[in-house]
Amino acid sequence: MSSKLMFNPRNAYGEALIELGEKHKNLVVLDADLSKSTKTIMFAKKYPERFFEMGIAEANMISTAAGLASCGKIPFVSTFAVFATGRVYDQIRMDVAYSRANVKIFATHGGISVGEDGASHQMIEDIALMRALPNMTVLAPSDATQTKKIVHLMAENIGPMYARVGRADAPIIYSEKDLEELKIGKGIVVEDGKDITFIATGTMVEPALEAKKILKEQGISARVIDMHTVKPLDEKLVLKCAKETKAIITAEEHSIIGGLGSAVAEILAENNVQTRFLRMGIKDVFCESGSPAELWEKYELNEKHMVKKAQNLLKK
Amino acid sequence: MKKLSQKELLKLDLIAVRIRKHIIEMLYQAKSGHPGGSLSAVDALVALYFVHMNHNPKKPNDPNRDRFILSKGHAAPALYATLAESGYFNVKELGKLRKINSILQGHPVCTSTPGVEASTGSLGHGLSFSNGVALAGKLDKKDYKVYCMMGDGETEEGQVWEAAAVASHYKLDNITAMIDRNYLQIDGNTEDVLKLESVKERWSSFGWHTIEIEGHNIKKILEALDQADNTKNKPTMIILNTIKGKGVSFMENNVDFHGVPPNQMERNYAMEELTQLEIKLEAQLK
Repeated sequence: MSSKLMFNPRNAYGEALIELGEKHKNLVVLDADLSKSTKTIMFAKKYPERFFEMGIAEANMISTAAGLASCGKIPFVSTFAVFATGRVYDQIRMDVAYSRANVKIFATHGGISVGEDGASHQMIEDIALMRALPNMTVLAPSDATQTKKIVHLMAENIGPMYARVGRADAPIIYSEKDLEELKIGKGIVVEDGKDITFIATGTMVEPALEAKKILKEQGISARVIDMHTVKPLDEKLVLKCAKETKAIITAEEHSIIGGLGSAVAEILAENNVQTRFLRMGIKDVFCESGSPAELWEKYELNEKHMVKKAQNLLKK
Repeated sequence: MKKLSQKELLKLDLIAVRIRKHIIEMLYQAKSGHPGGSLSAVDALVALYFVHMNHNPKKPNDPNRDRFILSKGHAAPALYATLAESGYFNVKELGKLRKINSILQGHPVCTSTPGVEASTGSLGHGLSFSNGVALAGKLDKKDYKVYCMMGDGETEEGQVWEAAAVASHYKLDNITAMIDRNYLQIDGNTEDVLKLESVKERWSSFGWHTIEIEGHNIKKILEALDQADNTKNKPTMIILNTIKGKGVSFMENNVDFHGVPPNQMERNYAMEELTQLEIKLEAQLK
C-alpha cells in the first residue's frame, strides 16, 4: 500500500471546484464552518464573492442552496456526511429532492474511516437516506481522479445530487484518461474475472482490487466493479455479473441496510437471479474511535476480509 | 408607493373578500385543509400581489420578478386563490385543491403550480430559501425583492433563527419577512404552547429592522412594505397582528378551525357573511 500514489479526494474536490468556478460563473459554494476540512476553502480563496460561509447552521444552508438554485445558480453544499444528510434530511427532502432543485450536496468524512472522532462522526446511513429520496442521484467516487470527474459531472448535469467521499488519503486508481467516458449511472468494470464479482463503491473499490490480486494467487478469478453511482444503479451491469460469475459480494463503507448492498439485492431478487450473494458493510452497529486501518480490520472491511468472504462464499 | 385613493383601497378590500370566499369554497370542496391561517394571511397577500410586488403572471419565471415565499405552507388556499385572481392560472383550478391529478397540492409545490416559488409545508424552511434568493439577487446585482411569510407558531422552529442570523449577517436588505401573528397554533395560544413574546425584541436583537402593524389594514401593510424596501443594510420583519379565521365570525380566534374545513352549514353561513360584505363594498365603490 505504501508504495502507492496517495491523494486526498477532498483535495480533488477543492481543485475541481476551482476549475468549475472558472467555467461556470453561476457556480456557488456553501459551507458550514468546515471549509478547511471539506476543502471548499480553495474555492473560497479564489472566488470569495461566490462562496457563502453559512456558519454552524446546516438546515439553513441546505434550504438557502435551494433558493440560490431557484435563481439559476449551481450551488455546491459541503459539510461532513453526518451533517450533510441526517441532520438536514427534511430540508433535503422538501427543498432539494421534492422541488427538483439543482443543488449538489458534496459530503466529506463519509463512512467509518473518519476514525478517531468516533461513531458520532462516522456516517454509515447517508447513502440509505439519500437513496430513499425520489429525484436524488447518489454518488460515491473511489479515488481522487474519479472524484474530480464526478464533481464535473455533478455541475454539468441538472438535478439534485448527493456525493460522498471519505476523510482519508486514498490510493490513486485511475488516470484521467481512464475516466474520459465515465457516466453517472454506469458502473465501471475495473478488473474482469469469471468466478466472483466484487461490486464496490467509494473507499471499498481499492481494497477490492487488492483482494482480487490475493485471490488470483489462489486460483480464484475475481471481477471488480466500481459502482460510483449507487442511484440510479447500473442494473444491467449487476445482472450481467450475476450471470457471468458465480457469486456477488457488495462492499461499501456504509451500513448493510439501505445502501449499495440492499440496492443490488433488490435487483437480484426482483429478477429471480439465484446466485451466491453477500453484503459487506457495517452490520447494523455504531462503530467506535480508532484509526481507519484498525476500524476496517475490526469491522471486516479490508482486502483480508474480502478474500476470506470470497473464499467462503464460493465454497457454499 | 403611489398614493392610493380611498376607492383603490376599497377595491383591494373587495379583492380580499373574494379571496376569502374562494378559500371557504375550496376548503369545503376539498373536505380538508386549513381555514384559520389562510384567512388571516389574505390581506398581506392582496397588498403584495395586487399593489406592491413587481411580478407578471404571464412571465412567472422572469428573472427580475419579486418573489413571494409562503413559508407557512398550510395557508396554500390563500396563496392559490391570490395567484388565480392575479392571473397565474384559471380560477376554475381552485375547485381541484387537494384532489387527484391537480396542480394544487395540499401544500405548495414549486414544480406543479405556476407562481409558487418554493415547496413548503414542513415549517421553518421558507426564510432560509428566501436567503438563497436574496443572496443570488445581490450576487447578480438585481434589484428584485424577496417577501417571505411565516406563521407565528412556525417561528418556534430552530431553522428560522438560523435563517434570521444569516439574513442579518449578510445584510440582506432585499428580504422582507412577515409573521402572521394570530396568536393561535394547533395546540392553543402561542404563549401557552411555547412563549413567543416579545416577538419584536427577538427579531430586533437578531439585527432586523422590525415593524409591527395591524395585519388586516391593507393601507398600513403597504406603508410597512415601502418602509421595508427603503431600509438599507438589514432585513426587515413586519409583524402582522392578525386574527386567525379573519372575515368569518365563527372562525375568528377559533383554533378549532386551524385544520378543519367548514361543513356544508358552516360553508353556507360563511359565504353569506362574506357575500354581505362584498355587496357592501361594491355599493361603496359605486
